[in-house]
Amino acid sequence: MAKAKSQWQGFSLKPKKEMPEGLWTKCPGCKKMLYTKSVSENLDVCPECGYHFRITAAARIKYFADEGSFEEIAREIVSTDPLDFVYRGTDYKSRMAAAEQKSAGKEAMLIGKAFVKGRGIMLGVMDFDYLGGSMGAVVGEKFCCAVEQAMSDSLPLIVFSSAGGARMHEGVISVMQMAKTSAALAKFDENKGLFISVLTDPTTGGVTASFAMLGDIIIAEPHALIGFAGPRVIEQTIRVELPEGFQTAEFLLEHGFIDQIVARKDLRSEVARLIDYCGK
Amino acid sequence: MSQINNNSVRTNYLDFEGGISQIDAQIAELKKLSMQKGIDYSAEIRDLQRRQVEEFKRIYDNLSAWQTVQVARHPQRPLFCDYLNLMIKDFRELHGDRNFGDDKAIICGLGQIGRERVMIIGQEKGRDTKEKLARNFGMSHPEGYRKALLKMRFAEKFGIPVVTFIDTPGAYPGIGAEERGQAQAIAKNLMEMSRLRVPIISIVIGEGGSGGALGISVADKLAMLEFSYYSVISPEGCAAILWRDGSAAPQAADALKLTSKDLLKLDLIDAVIAEPLGAAHRNIHDTVYNVEQYIIKTVRELKRMKIDNLLDARYKKLRLIGTNATTSGLKKNRPDNTAKPAIKFTAAKPITVLPRPATV
Repeated sequence: MAKAKSQWQGFSLKPKKEMPEGLWTKCPGCKKMLYTKSVSENLDVCPECGYHFRITAAARIKYFADEGSFEEIAREIVSTDPLDFVYRGTDYKSRMAAAEQKSAGKEAMLIGKAFVKGRGIMLGVMDFDYLGGSMGAVVGEKFCCAVEQAMSDSLPLIVFSSAGGARMHEGVISVMQMAKTSAALAKFDENKGLFISVLTDPTTGGVTASFAMLGDIIIAEPHALIGFAGPRVIEQTIRVELPEGFQTAEFLLEHGFIDQIVARKDLRSEVARLIDYCGK
Repeated sequence: MSQINNNSVRTNYLDFEGGISQIDAQIAELKKLSMQKGIDYSAEIRDLQRRQVEEFKRIYDNLSAWQTVQVARHPQRPLFCDYLNLMIKDFRELHGDRNFGDDKAIICGLGQIGRERVMIIGQEKGRDTKEKLARNFGMSHPEGYRKALLKMRFAEKFGIPVVTFIDTPGAYPGIGAEERGQAQAIAKNLMEMSRLRVPIISIVIGEGGSGGALGISVADKLAMLEFSYYSVISPEGCAAILWRDGSAAPQAADALKLTSKDLLKLDLIDAVIAEPLGAAHRNIHDTVYNVEQYIIKTVRELKRMKIDNLLDARYKKLRLIGTNATTSGLKKNRPDNTAKPAIKFTAAKPITVLPRPATV
């Protein structure tokens, strides 16, 4: 049976290669060659078509928080490899060490206090470069620390999600982090804390099915892939070609699961305004 | 995998049960002979049965993780419906999420276990093909999770404890499920269950498939049947991603630490409920009895606690999951209740020694 070419052919959750040293970058949105500097000066958004490039946690903090205001907390928490996970001639510990080289923090989430347009916030940023931004015990623990800190300092909590889901290397501990983070948010909710969840490309799996979807306000970046099961998993399971624009931010907005789609350049002012409205 | 399943439907034996099937064949042969020739072979048969019990013990005491997964997926393993029929008196099913539809992969209703009135919520896979299709192989859509939450809220209003049965390969990954917010439905359940003001008991009776299982298993007490499994991803899926080879599922199953014994060791579950000799599908009644006893005992225990204390304990338990898997300073703050070793095995009565003859 001849199978029609899927739009997900060649799709990868890994960040797209951007020719790091290159002067030119190809935009995955409009396929135009762009002068790299013009992209990075435009908050890593394509000046031609508005495609939002995937960015590192460090860049995210730089673009979102007031300059130099981010003070990281709980940086030193790392996983102790509870399952002694070994696979295909390598192991979890060495994968973590390799991931640490690639990413800004020591884990898939950075948390800390920051300011946005002068408003104090508790900020959490997931790092897709660290093992696909997957949630293990450390991400869960850091998220809870952020919630608790936000509660004790009565700050609004803003978390940028970008994740492939729960981390396989920590087994059921990872699954249970979904319950753990949700329980912490329930406490935060009872405390009348404001939680703004920002979904960036891509947010899937256990992260979507826990704290990312529990924001008082849920914001997404344009065209971000957001879903429970990844598109490839769905295609393999139901063997149907997925419709155009399936699981994008726009799709979620249409189906009523997010509040707004906000472009990267407007995010600071939008979040600041929302914080003001909530009187935080 | 399907190959293995097909074989076991026909023969009723899993492929590591060779010794057992041989003895069964010998017993059948002897019985046939004694019928035909009128010779009394009962001593020999008893001897063979004794040997078979030894063989069962030997095999099931040393099951590998992958073999456990196969037992948990055994086509004759008791399903939620069996527990409903055998354990629950006066069951009143409650349908619908009042929003979109009635998901048949999750069954909710009021019933009585022993003397305890409870809200029962369970995932049902279906036994035959027709029922499997109707139940979507136990894979719930968002409306299933929303139905469960609605019924839990109802139970909360009237102070009825909630008991959930977990048996699902996972939440359904499909277009409709995504359109209706599978992730949001599960997330909401996690949040609301963590603060539901009635006791919650969850029991994994077969497959515990990641978020789809967790969506109704945030509980005060989480127990697993001895040969069930609970995992972040199916062993096949994990093998396909990390080993880049789906046939490495046995290694993946081993690495994921998904058996009840491993999870008890990791302090992620509260109890392991013993299964009779040769696993649950060989003696459904004893399995159901063990589960029933565990539920009655635990409901009584939890009902004795003040609800605020219960919620505090539930929060602490959730908050500390995985904390000792990190280098966090919170490690030393572990409260006493989780520092205690969890309950080991809760077989309430001596389990029948001889296996029942296999029914085909």
